[in-house]
This record gives sequence, structure tokens and C-alpha cells, in this order.
Amino acid sequence: MSLHASTAAEIGRGLRAKKYSSVEVAKHFLGRIERANPGLNAFVTVTAERALADARRADERIARGHGGPLTGVPLAHKDIFCTAGILTSCGSRMLSNFVAPYDATVVERLDAAGMVLLGKTNMDEFAMGSSNETSYYGPVKNPWDTGKVPGGSSGGSAAAVASRIAPVATGTDTGGSIRQPGALTGLTGFKPTYGRVSRYGMIAFASSLDQAGVLAQSAEDAALVLGAMAGFDARDSTSVDAPVPDYAKGLERPVKGLRIGIIREFFGEGLDAGTGAAVRAAIDAFRKEGATVTELSLPNLPLSVPTYYVVAPAECSSNLSRYDGVRFGHRCKDPKDLLDLYRRSRGEGFGAEVKRRIMTGTYVLSAGYYDAYYLKAQKVRSLINADFRRAFGQVDVLMGPTAPTPAFAIGAKTDDPILMYLNDIYTIGANLAGLPAVSVPCGLVDGLPVGLQVIGPHFSEERLLATAHAWQCATDWHRRVPAAYA
Amino acid sequence: MISVKFFPLFPPGALVTLTRRDVENIAHLARLEITEAELPVYVSSLSSILAFVEQLSGAATDDVVPMAHPLEGQVQRLREDAVTESDRRESYQRNAPAVEAGLYLVPKVIE
Amino acid sequence: MAREWETVIGLEIHAQLATRSKIFSGSATAYGGSPNVQANLVDLGYPGVLPVLNREAVRMAVKFGLAIGATVARRSVFARKNYFYPDLPKGYQISQYELPVVASGAVEILLDDGARKSVGVTRAHLEEDAGKSLHEGLGRMSGIDLNRAGTPLLEIVSEPDMRSAREAIAYMKKIHTLVRYLEICDGNMQEGSFRCDANVSVRPKGARDYGTRCEIKNLNSFRFVERAINHEVARQVELIEGGGKVVQETRLYDPGRDETRSMRSKEEANDYRYFPDPDLLPLSLDDAFIEDVRQGLPELPDAKAARFAKEHGLSDYDAGVLTASRELANYYEEAARASGGKWKRTANVVAGEVLGRLNRDGLDIQDARITPILLAGLVARVEDETISISSVKPVFEWMWDHGADADAAIAAKDRRQIKDTGAIEKAIAEVMAANPRQLADYRAGKDKLFGFFVGQVMKATAGKANPAQVNELLKRMLAGP
Repeated sequence: MSLHASTAAEIGRGLRAKKYSSVEVAKHFLGRIERANPGLNAFVTVTAERALADARRADERIARGHGGPLTGVPLAHKDIFCTAGILTSCGSRMLSNFVAPYDATVVERLDAAGMVLLGKTNMDEFAMGSSNETSYYGPVKNPWDTGKVPGGSSGGSAAAVASRIAPVATGTDTGGSIRQPGALTGLTGFKPTYGRVSRYGMIAFASSLDQAGVLAQSAEDAALVLGAMAGFDARDSTSVDAPVPDYAKGLERPVKGLRIGIIREFFGEGLDAGTGAAVRAAIDAFRKEGATVTELSLPNLPLSVPTYYVVAPAECSSNLSRYDGVRFGHRCKDPKDLLDLYRRSRGEGFGAEVKRRIMTGTYVLSAGYYDAYYLKAQKVRSLINADFRRAFGQVDVLMGPTAPTPAFAIGAKTDDPILMYLNDIYTIGANLAGLPAVSVPCGLVDGLPVGLQVIGPHFSEERLLATAHAWQCATDWHRRVPAAYA
Repeated sequence: MISVKFFPLFPPGALVTLTRRDVENIAHLARLEITEAELPVYVSSLSSILAFVEQLSGAATDDVVPMAHPLEGQVQRLREDAVTESDRRESYQRNAPAVEAGLYLVPKVIE
Repeated sequence: MAREWETVIGLEIHAQLATRSKIFSGSATAYGGSPNVQANLVDLGYPGVLPVLNREAVRMAVKFGLAIGATVARRSVFARKNYFYPDLPKGYQISQYELPVVASGAVEILLDDGARKSVGVTRAHLEEDAGKSLHEGLGRMSGIDLNRAGTPLLEIVSEPDMRSAREAIAYMKKIHTLVRYLEICDGNMQEGSFRCDANVSVRPKGARDYGTRCEIKNLNSFRFVERAINHEVARQVELIEGGGKVVQETRLYDPGRDETRSMRSKEEANDYRYFPDPDLLPLSLDDAFIEDVRQGLPELPDAKAARFAKEHGLSDYDAGVLTASRELANYYEEAARASGGKWKRTANVVAGEVLGRLNRDGLDIQDARITPILLAGLVARVEDETISISSVKPVFEWMWDHGADADAAIAAKDRRQIKDTGAIEKAIAEVMAANPRQLADYRAGKDKLFGFFVGQVMKATAGKANPAQVNELLKRMLAGP
């Protein structure tokens, strides 16, 4: 089997079985990146020398018998994670000159697991977007159809793994930015419980919503990488101090008896027919395997998107104030006074969507509007959280579509922000409630992938991974690769 | 399965239209330069975003506690009072656009 | 016709907490380092960094709350105060807004006329300090030093209960003493560890509503606070009496010109857009935590002064002087105990001689050149009449200059009291012989001249004659044969 048809887990096993060396594996993927990236624009920075150095170190470890399941396995990091000595752009002109002086905790941990860094992937600017069209570095193309978007904001990571120019990649999910691109590119996109993975070194967009996760080929890959990333970090006050289970061990849990809830509000207007059919078929398949399926109403869930578009911009308007041209990042030329320094550095450094969200956030926090907007939104957030809690009192997992449609054409929705925001209607709820969720491929509609979303209660990563794994043992959607990249 | 309209759950209230002045004020608070040409575009898109989120006003939230964190019941951890950092100024200031004698430079602020 | 005006003052004090590391990062808080060597990634507001709260800063805030009899909030929340300024790296300050860690308490102040007044403390909350801007020597640029950014501050807000600059000073001094007693702040105003902003307004006497207030910022000495307030009151009264209206604004005190000026850079009303900081979870304090802090509280200044007054018989005033700092109070008490409980005498020597000398030499009590034990020795020599009261000062000064004990000083300065009856009679006889007219006048009935004779005898004996014996013998000898 060629390396790029292998999952990360398979590569790991192959390395330990001495079928090939880490250096060979690294060179293989670096070669693929070199050929494919110009057409996909998935990578902002390719770290060839670093990859080979990592690979050599990994080979030494394996030779000494100290290799783990991920040692020597190549990986790409979304360009939102600080990587010491390497450009960390966050997809923005504002940080296009920013060489991070430190590693994010996620980067440290995956490095410690022996993974080999291929490079930093393209993303929507400051993680704000659902199509990877707002990047300073240009849009990312969907490997399934390069005229279409890969989804966002982790579009670069998704495109890289979907085209198998990287076996696995990290992403972040604030409103669906791992799951939605996962669905649009046929990948297993996993977002853990809020607080499961450290946010230290992960450039902040909306602090109470951001979580790091994985764009992977399979549940097994997601389990391995998540297991290495997760866990308490004293540098992050929102990091949860709870032990990390061995996710890979827990994959074989049977599906029989699983209580599945389907969210009535997710199957209404706005859902593309083909997507809806594929998702329903998948849920039916679970029923045939012995799961019970109940329809539930989460009546406040339709308010997820407006809630999100008050809370997230509010938090980001504050998080992005540090970008002022003083200590790092873009600075305008010849500022004539302090006000000019701020206005022009920020005006030049940020793109339109980022500016829109900063201004929305500034407005909803401002005097006279705080109660009506921000406070109100946080209250509705409580209602949504309560809906989920009630649902999980009756079922083990919730299932539904990840995205309302398959991948759409580049440029199709960039004129209308609201239209773009509605790509996240099914994913945002889990972020608001801090719940873990995964998208797994469940079909193709007109040749484009469609994802099934599974949402679980807090800290139910094991059950979600097992559910995804069971699906992937019975189907092969996750093994499909666009012909051009096979 | 009953087909349910997903949006909008509540019809929007008074349509929110921002004025140029509003957007200029917001842009100033956020220290963002918006050009003359860009201004009407932002007035329009911000107005439609605010109109979109108006839906929230219809939700019944009396006596609902706002949810600031998904980690309900979790409280702030306290750190030991110990110095753990050393001087890394040289490394950190490599990224600085304008530095002199270890100080970050900005146009003079008169008080 | 000039109206009678009432001044209304509230003070906001920022006390830098004396923790080793910053409130949200592990950087050192030590003063005076080279620019930006004590600013780590968290202090610099780098992309991706996060705050983690310092336990000691919380303990210090709770200590203060308990010391002023305030409610310590079981649950408090950190909020972001958003504004742009170069010394504020994140573009927001982490502070506390709706739910501060300490809710209302009060302190008692001693007024000039000896009366006591209670001044309310509305709240005290934790927040991080900003960096510093340097404006000299950089051409058209300012230089930003972020060493101070992230140092913990306790912001103490008083009720607008003060009615004069003197009251404001008394309150400020009380808080200053208290934070030093609690060892939560070193109170060094020159270094900026204790800063005061004053909110000043005036209203016609008897009016119920408050007038428009102005905030006067960064007053870093007691003297400046007093002058700035008085100047501001005068300015506002003159403005109103001239038909104008006071504009709510922030003003800076210029000590060189003794006037307040409007601050141009803070002119616009700032919308801080406060919201709970999503990177920090609510601060939860249980009974055990608070009790643990309470156990560690020292005897507070008011209690200590009351104890000195009650148990040592000191006046309220003297007790107040001696409890101005814990170190001074400890010095006094140690010396007094070593002297065998001679409270009043020791108090007099400490307040009179020790404080006087420290003041002259510009030193603190910690730098005293005489230990409490040595001082007790001096007190003992007065009590046992080895020296008289008038010898205390020269003996003390010699002890201080030479770091010596009382006996060495008494010998060196030859200050032993003369108690020999014969010697005193001899001196008296000489004085009587030298002043025949006064003697005649005294014997004729001018009793007041007794003091003159006492003075002459003391002069003749270089102040060493025992005063009681002088009195007794003089009375007898002046009375005549």
C-alpha cells in the first residue's frame, strides 16, 4: 500500500515494523506537497528541513525501541498554533512577519510523541470563516473539486489530509471549523470537549468557544492524535484537570444498545436534499445494527447562530486588540501619531471579515447595548446548553448533518456574510455548550463528500470515537480519495 | 418528520440600521481605519448582521443565568507565587517593529 | 454674596501588592530592572498566551478585606476593561467589575481635633498594573517599558465620605499604614507602589445632591494630595461662582506649578466595554481559605494603639504616633518590656529622641543605630536616677553616634546626676551669694523667683543636679536661717 493511502496509525505501525524509515516517509509527503500544494494552496509554510530533522530523531527513537504509535508519523499544524522559530501567520497579513518565540502546548505534546512537522496550513484569517476564503494567503481549494471551497476555518488542514499530502493535521473549532471542513472534504473531523485540550499557544479568536482538534482519515487516527494532545495544562486556566483515557483502546465498543437522538430542528429548511438523505441513511444503518433512534426537539437550537454571532465577535474584538503594531506583527509605515499607528496598522493588517467581526463585537459590548446583546446572548446560550443537557438525559449521542450543503463554489457566498454564517448552523450549538462532536464521511452527493455529525455530552470522547470507528468498520467512505490525489 | 423552518425563529424587531456616524464611532473605538469607499459597505454589512442577531430579543430569558463558560461549576485555579521567568528580552524583541535601548517605540504621547 | 461650600472627596488608591511574581504570570515584580527584562510573553500580550492567577495576590486582597471588616466575596469575577494605550499590551486590563473580591468595609480615622470619623470603603478589587511610558531622549517617539505590566494591584475605593483635604490625608495615611502592617504593600510612593487618585466635587452646604466631580490622577505624596485637593476645590468654587459649570474630566496635578490641568489624552469619555474575562474562571473562596488568612492577620494598628493606651497608659495621640508602623511599634514595645514595663518613659524617649533623630538623618526605624535593648538601658538609667531628664538628649545622641550603651555614654559625657546633698547645698549657696537682689525679693514674697533659682542651680551644675533634691534643698535654704 502506498504511504499516502495509509492512515497515520498504519504508518506508525509500518515504521515500528521497520517497513520504511521516518525519513523515507517524510520525503514522500514532502514530495507530494511540493507537487500538489500550488494547486491547493493548503500550506502557508512547508518546513522541509525541520521535517527531516524530526524524522531522523524519530528513526533514532524507533531504533532504540522507544517508538510510540505516532513516532515518525508526519503531521501538519494549522497556522494558528505557535511554532517556535517558524512563521505563525494565523492566515493574516497582521502576522505575516510573525516568527513565534515559543511552541503551543499542542505543538509541544505532538512533538514529544515523535510526530514529524511537515508545515503550517492555510486557514481563514484569525479562524473567522467557513470556506477558507478570507486568508491573506489566498483561498484553499477543495481536492474533490478545486473550483470549490474546502470549508473553514481549518481549510488548509482539511485539504492537506483529503489530498493525502499529509496523513493527519491539527485544526481548531470555534463554530464548526474542524467539523465543517471535515464534512466538505470527506474526513473525520474531531472537536473535543471544551477544556480537554490546552489553548496555550493557540492564537485566540473566541476564548470561551475555541478548541483544538484533529482532521484525520479515521477515528483511529483521531483517537491517537487526540490522546497525545489532550490533558491538563497549568498554563491554561480553562484547562480541565481530568485524566485522559486511552482513546485508541476504547474504539471497539459495540454499537448495539446505543441510544441515538436526532435533532428535529436540524432537518428542516435549509438542508440540502442529498445531504439530508445521506445522513438519514447513515442513521438508519445504526438502527439496523441495534441502536435505538429517537427524535428530539431542542427548541432553542435555532438561535445558535445569532447567539454565536454576538458572543464570538465580542470576545474576538477584545482578543484582537493586542495587534497594534507595537510589540510584534504588522506596523504601518511612518505613523504620524499614536492614533495613526493604531488605525493604519490594524486597518492594513486585518481583512474585511475580521474587521466586520471586531466592529460587531465592539458594538455589542458598548455602553447601552451590552444588556440587549451580549448579556442576552449569554442567557440564550444557557438555554441552548439546557436543551442539550435535557437531550442527553434521554440519549447517549445526538446525530445529524454537519453542514447544510456539500462544498460550494469559491466566491459563491463571499458577498453575503449572513449566507456564509449559515454554513455553521448545525455545528455552532456544540461550541456554545462546550460539547465534543465529530463529523464522519457518510456519502457523496454529486461527487462531493457529505458528513454525519455525532455530538456527545461533556467528556464523552471515547463514545464518539467508538461510534465513528464502528461506522468506519462497516463503511469505506473514509477511505475515498479524490482521483487526482489517489 | 415534520419540516420546521430553521430561520428565522422570531421575526426581526425594528430593523437595525446603523448610520455612517455609528460605524465611524465603532471603528474609532476599535482603532480601525475605514476608508471613505469602505464605509458604506461596512454600514450595510454591520446593519444586516445586527438585524440578524435581533432574533435573540424574542427569547424568554427572565431569570436565566448568563453562561460565561461551558465549564459549569469549575472555578479558577490558583498558582504558587514563584518567579519562573528569566530575561528573554533579546529573543522577544526580535519580532518588534521598533525598539531602542530595550524600549518599544511609539509616536510620542503627550499628556 | 459668597455661598458656603461643602467639599466632597472620594479616594481611589492603587496599592501594588508585594508578591514575588506578577498576578497572571511568573515574571518577577522587583522594581528597577532594565527595560523589558521582566516582561514575559504573557505580560507582553503575545498571540496565544493566557493568564493564570497568583494565589498570594488573592490572599493579600482577602487580608485587606478582613482588616477593614469588609465582606470577602465567596465568588468574584475578573473582567476585561478595554481601551487602547501603549502601556497596556493586550489592549485591555484584566480587572474586576461587577463582582469584586472585597465588598464594603470601613476604616476609622483620627481627625486633627482628636475626634474619630468612619470612612467607608466601597470595595477593593484585584487588577493588573500597566507598563510605563518614557518620553525623554527618544526624539518624536515615546519608549514603552513593560516590566511593570502585570504587577498585581489592589484598587481600594472609598465612599465620598471625606469633607476636607485634611480628612483625605488622614484616610490615605490610615490605608498606607494598614497595607504596610499587613505586609501586602511596601507603601513606597516614590517608586509608585502606592498611588492615589482623588475625586473632588463641591456643593452648596446643606445640598443633598453631589456636584460634578473631577478626578485628579497620580498623586504620589501626602503633601501633593493635600495641595492638589485644595487647589481643585478653589478652582471649582471660583468657576461656579463665576457663572461657569464644572466639566467632569480627569486632571493631572502639576507640583511645580501647584495646579491641576486637564489631561488631553484621556479627554474623551472612555467606553470600557467591560465583560467577564473568558480566559479566567470565577474566583471561588471557601471558609477554609478565608479562615487561614484570618489566622495570619497581625495585630492591626487600631487594636495595637488601643492596647497601648489601655495597658500602657499612653495618650491616644502618643499611641497613634508609636503605631504608625509595625516596626516602630515593635521597637517601642521591645524596648519598654526590656526596661521592665516603663511604658510612658520609653514612649517619650522613642517618640522624642528616636523619631527625631531618624527624621533628621532621613532614616527608617529599621535603620535605628540603637537597638531596643540599648534604649531600654537608657530608660533604666533615668528611672534609677543615674541621670536626670535633661541629660537624656545628650546621652542619647552619644549612644546613637557611637552605637554604645547608656553607661558608656554617661561616662563619656559626664552626665551622672549629682545626688550628693553637700554638693547641691554648696551650689545653692553659691547661687544665693551670686544673686542677692533676687534672694531679697524672694524672701520679701516674690514666689515666682523660685523658678529662677532652680534654673541657676541647674546651670551651675550643668543640668546634672537631681531636680527633686534641688527643689527640697532650695526651698529650705531660700527660706532663710
